[in-house]
Amino acid sequence: MSADPILEARGLSKTFHAGGAMFGKQFHAVKGVSLSVAPGETLAVVGESGCGKSTLARMLVGLETPDEGEILFQGAPIKRDRALRRQVQMVFQDPYLSLNPRRTVLDIIAEPLDVHGLARGAARKARVEELLTAVGLDPVAASRFPHEFSGGQRQRIGIARALAAEPSVLVCDEPVSALDVSVQAQVVNLLIDLQKRLDLAIIFIAHDLAVVRAISNRVMVMYLGRTVEEGAAEQVLVAPRHPYAIALRGSALEPDPKLARLARGTAARGEPPNPVNPPPGCRFNPRCSRVTAECRVDEPMLIQAQGHSAVACYHPVHN
Amino acid sequence: MTEAVSRIVVQFFSEASSAMKEQADQRTVLSVSGLNVSFNTLRGEVKAVSDVSFDLRRGEVLALVGESGSGKSVTTRAVMGIVRGNATIKADRMNLAGNDLLTLSEEEKRKLRGRVVSLVFQDALSALNPVLSIGDQLGELYRTHLGVSRKEARERSIELLRSVHIASSERRIDDYPHQFSGGMRQRILIASAIALKPEVLIADEPTTALDVTVQAQILDLLDELREELGMAMLLITHDLGVVARTAERVAVMYAGRLVETGTVDDLFRAPAHPYTAALMASAPRIETVERLEPIKGSPPNLIAPPPGCAFNPRCTHIGDLCTKVRPELVMGADGRARACHYPLLETANVG
Repeated sequence: MSADPILEARGLSKTFHAGGAMFGKQFHAVKGVSLSVAPGETLAVVGESGCGKSTLARMLVGLETPDEGEILFQGAPIKRDRALRRQVQMVFQDPYLSLNPRRTVLDIIAEPLDVHGLARGAARKARVEELLTAVGLDPVAASRFPHEFSGGQRQRIGIARALAAEPSVLVCDEPVSALDVSVQAQVVNLLIDLQKRLDLAIIFIAHDLAVVRAISNRVMVMYLGRTVEEGAAEQVLVAPRHPYAIALRGSALEPDPKLARLARGTAARGEPPNPVNPPPGCRFNPRCSRVTAECRVDEPMLIQAQGHSAVACYHPVHN
Repeated sequence: MTEAVSRIVVQFFSEASSAMKEQADQRTVLSVSGLNVSFNTLRGEVKAVSDVSFDLRRGEVLALVGESGSGKSVTTRAVMGIVRGNATIKADRMNLAGNDLLTLSEEEKRKLRGRVVSLVFQDALSALNPVLSIGDQLGELYRTHLGVSRKEARERSIELLRSVHIASSERRIDDYPHQFSGGMRQRILIASAIALKPEVLIADEPTTALDVTVQAQILDLLDELREELGMAMLLITHDLGVVARTAERVAVMYAGRLVETGTVDDLFRAPAHPYTAALMASAPRIETVERLEPIKGSPPNLIAPPPGCAFNPRCTHIGDLCTKVRPELVMGADGRARACHYPLLETANVG
């Protein structure tokens, strides 16, 4: 957008080996994906399971090393540099699995402070209490254990932990998909409020388009490790152009009976193919309704069109 | 003039007779009245379900909606007769396709499961046996319930897989659950639930663990099968999007009680109970970006629910009666029922 990107990824690729490094098959979990996000902005990454969105998130926070491409923070490459790593923090999907059950909330939230040597003793405790208040929990929660909290409260603890080291970028991997609707709304609003207050850049990984609409400025749609469409949230979600993005839109379950009935029978056909053996040409071609011969030969590039979202498709829909 | 009147009269009678026909077709297949389920725990009696009544008619989809802990799953487990733990189940009536569930023996109830009523669970991986092939698991249904030969059971199973759209079902019949994707496993689970063409299918969060695209496919499949087999479906979900896409009638549960019932269109257009309205305001939508309005507070403790209406501590329309008298579920003239002293009025300008 107008502001300079704070976090940028260029041509990220990650290959995994299925069934042993020597004899197993390779598959590209993420292939040539670029993105950028500015302070105060939310970029959502959407797609089905296996599309590489979580691998992308893990690369951005340094939990996986990309095979190709680079990640830049304020224009400088992030390598094994702790000071820079600190700037990009992650909120995990499952609030039940991502908090150590045997540590107190104080120790959980203070971990980034300990790792980066940011605060000790009374200052450490004071910072944790401040963080708990910031995420809408009572500071007395510090002495309790994760099992004493509900799913929504745990996710708040996860967010507090991610914020402890004062990052500029928050990578949220499906942060609300395990929560009830009303709780989901609380956590989404919390993220929006924190973003405003701290001028955070957020990368929001999700599969629920309605939740994405509520929080994001820009949306990137991934399919089998590739970006297939990217643009302003309104363009990509309300008037998508890539046949896959359209199918995703048709599958979204909207809390509106009229829209929902119209959508009946328009769900994407088939299931995502095995990433070990992607089809030649456009990876979406076996499921696509607009497929032609050229789609089966060469992979389309992501092309930016003036006033539209960028799509990687030979036959995008013109809105 | 008279011609016009007679035309109207004729039209009235033909409409009345078609309505009557519809009514005959829509016989009630599941009728529950005054259901109470409570669990004895060390901390006290948990009233998981209190005074729940509903009717399910042939071929219709009724959605039971609520947050975690609202009692929706326990309600259906009570109907299936599979409530775990030390539960006390009481009801005035529980009738399933002419069978009185309150007086039947365990053995007789067991025979109804599968043939008359069946259940699709949320987690397909743990509901399927990992060491039996799909053909064995589906075939077993036919062999035990219908006493057919192995060969015929296998053929029927292949046919069944085809009906839930599993490609090359002749080949895949010998595969094991782990060889299928999550969406396919859910299809297999649905296949096993509809194998004996039950009259009532209970689907407990059937799509929650699945990808969006697969979710929509599974809902469309359930809808297709319901039409084909004329099953009635009781759909348990917390997702209003699922309700909007699939159901015709909705019953909203809160703290173990029904708080509002009505048709999907009525409820979504103009929710009468503040809880229903709050649920809808908290759900995000794609077409519009508005700040989501979460419901403040958290669901009540079912051992000691708040006095009066259980929703009163979280309600934005609270009045004098709410903390004193518990509102009963009252049927209004519009065919909708709500348990609220101060229901939201329908705004006049909605189209």
